[in-house]
Amino acid sequence: MNGYRFTLHRFFAVLMKEMIQMRRDRMTLGLLIGIPVMQLFIFGYAINMVPRHLATVVSVADPGPFSDSIVAALNNSSYFDIVKATNSPAEARRMLARGDASFAVEIPVNFSRDLIRGAKPNLLVEADATDPAAGSYALAAIPNLAVTAMRDDLVGPLAPLAAKPAAFNVVVHNLYNPENITQYNIVPGLLGVILTLTMVLATAIALTRERERGTYENLLAMPTRPVEIMVGKITPNIFVGAFQAMLILLLARFVFHVPFIGSLSLLAATSALFITALLGVGYTISTVARNQMQAMQMTFFFLLPSIMLSGFIFPFRGMPGWAQWIGEVLPITHFLRIVRGILLKGNGTFEVWPEVWPMILFLFAAGTVAITRFRRTLD
Amino acid sequence: MNYAINVKGLTKRFGKKVAVNNVDIAVPEGEVWGFLGPNGSGKTTTIRMLCGLLKADAGEGTCLGYDFRTQSEEIKRETGYMTQKFSFWEDLSIRENLEFVARVYGLPKKRKLVDDTLEKLGLVSRQKQLAGELSGGWKQRMALAACMLHSPRLLLLDEPTAGVDPKARRDFWTEIHKLSGAGITVLVSTHYMDEAERCDQIVFISYGDKVAQGPVMKIIEDSGLITFTIEGERARALADELRGKPGVEFVAFFGAMLHVSGYDRALLEATLAPYRGDPALTISETHPSLEDVFIQLQDRAARGAS
Repeated sequence: MNGYRFTLHRFFAVLMKEMIQMRRDRMTLGLLIGIPVMQLFIFGYAINMVPRHLATVVSVADPGPFSDSIVAALNNSSYFDIVKATNSPAEARRMLARGDASFAVEIPVNFSRDLIRGAKPNLLVEADATDPAAGSYALAAIPNLAVTAMRDDLVGPLAPLAAKPAAFNVVVHNLYNPENITQYNIVPGLLGVILTLTMVLATAIALTRERERGTYENLLAMPTRPVEIMVGKITPNIFVGAFQAMLILLLARFVFHVPFIGSLSLLAATSALFITALLGVGYTISTVARNQMQAMQMTFFFLLPSIMLSGFIFPFRGMPGWAQWIGEVLPITHFLRIVRGILLKGNGTFEVWPEVWPMILFLFAAGTVAITRFRRTLD
Repeated sequence: MNYAINVKGLTKRFGKKVAVNNVDIAVPEGEVWGFLGPNGSGKTTTIRMLCGLLKADAGEGTCLGYDFRTQSEEIKRETGYMTQKFSFWEDLSIRENLEFVARVYGLPKKRKLVDDTLEKLGLVSRQKQLAGELSGGWKQRMALAACMLHSPRLLLLDEPTAGVDPKARRDFWTEIHKLSGAGITVLVSTHYMDEAERCDQIVFISYGDKVAQGPVMKIIEDSGLITFTIEGERARALADELRGKPGVEFVAFFGAMLHVSGYDRALLEATLAPYRGDPALTISETHPSLEDVFIQLQDRAARGAS
């Protein structure tokens, strides 16, 4: 069996053919460049994990300086936008139900009187928790807000009612992203997601397109070998992937001002590994799918867990063990840790290595499957 | 005698369906053989097995002296295979397609070779045109030229002239005979009787079985058919009347003429006797044509299969 021997001239033949075809297919080429830019701008600007200016309705059954202070404090916090002040708790509820407000803050009857008497009245905050993540930051801020708001009112004889400071200080440092800027997390993550989408898709249709057009039979009738066809078809996509990565990183640096603390060459090397692993997946799909439609469906079957289970949007450690296990298999999970680590934390080779070898393992597995799945006959 | 193709017991199954059943083919070097049979009879499958595109389930033998089951790499290098459907890259230009083939086979003096081929094809001025923009006849000529680029010793052509106009068909066959004269062996599948008649021998397969083989004249003789033609205005109306009458195997039109064929001369004569007196009809005996035999073989195979 000399079926796996590699010759340069046949690889070159396939490579040239692919380059010409890619150059002619303006639509796909445009998408390969357009997709990253568009997605980066849409997701980079649209996704915000720390939502602010959430619509809030206050129902004040006890007007007075205290309730005024609380309402003002809410309004000033930037988390809440008071869209309506009413005196009917029922109306506040209706607004929550209709979705006109995400929060309803109710200051009950006799709030001021009970407060002064030291009866600890309740300040009721109702939140629309259909989306638990949306309001969590805002809700966490409320108790502190209310306490601070009251501090200026609770003076003189009322001073004992004010909350006492704790006996110790809690010092919180938000390392690597002190301002909690979502883009610092999302934009580097998008590098992984965009590459996953375009690289897998572009490669997945590589062989299926030949099969659909009937040119596959011709390719097989010539002495071209599987590995020559595979490497020849994948190589142009490596360049496209490198170009996409460069484009995304440039936009990340100069449009989204993501910090670039770590080594760019380490990032380039790990990106190349990631891209190659993805092309392995794409090529495997290519050998299984019967037509381009199936190739597309399989790509999305791979893409969805890559977005959901990789820690791109949802915190990885928040997932149950089995989901984390699936996530650990996907190359993007490791790549996200690498790219965020390098850019935001300044991680070096030593810190990055534990994420590199799983990708190498994945690449090796995907490549083996792709080569063995490649049938040299039409059976 | 040296055989370019010499295989025995060629068999291919797709699931439970037997596509090719125990077919023997032995084509001497330099001859042109025609491969006939109705659609789905197993012609394409046989050709694909010969050049290693499909794995045979059974059978042994050689193609160009190589074991066709294990040495498909070597066979591919010396065989030109022209697929039924145009299978070159429509988004590559004519020149780029030829260059690709030249690179794959690692042919020396690539540029000159491609230039010469374009010259011979008469496509120099259109070399930058995309292959997908060519008409059917030109596509077929380009495909043949591309298959011949690496100077193969064996050409496998799968219905190369389907959908090609009569003039282009004629030119194509002139080219085939020229190649054959140069010592290249050709196996060509076709539905056209005139093309089959230009072959040294024909192989007829039906439902995966080889049902006849030999030179055209011998196949016609061996069929044992007796054929009468009926000409005249009323001939058309007669077809349904005669079908199923004693001694009549089948009735077929050739242009405006009616061919009535059977095996038993006496019965056939008796059946036709009442029409002899009709002045509007001319009835005469003729040599059965290859197409008559083709229809007969197909009918018989269909009856055998059902």
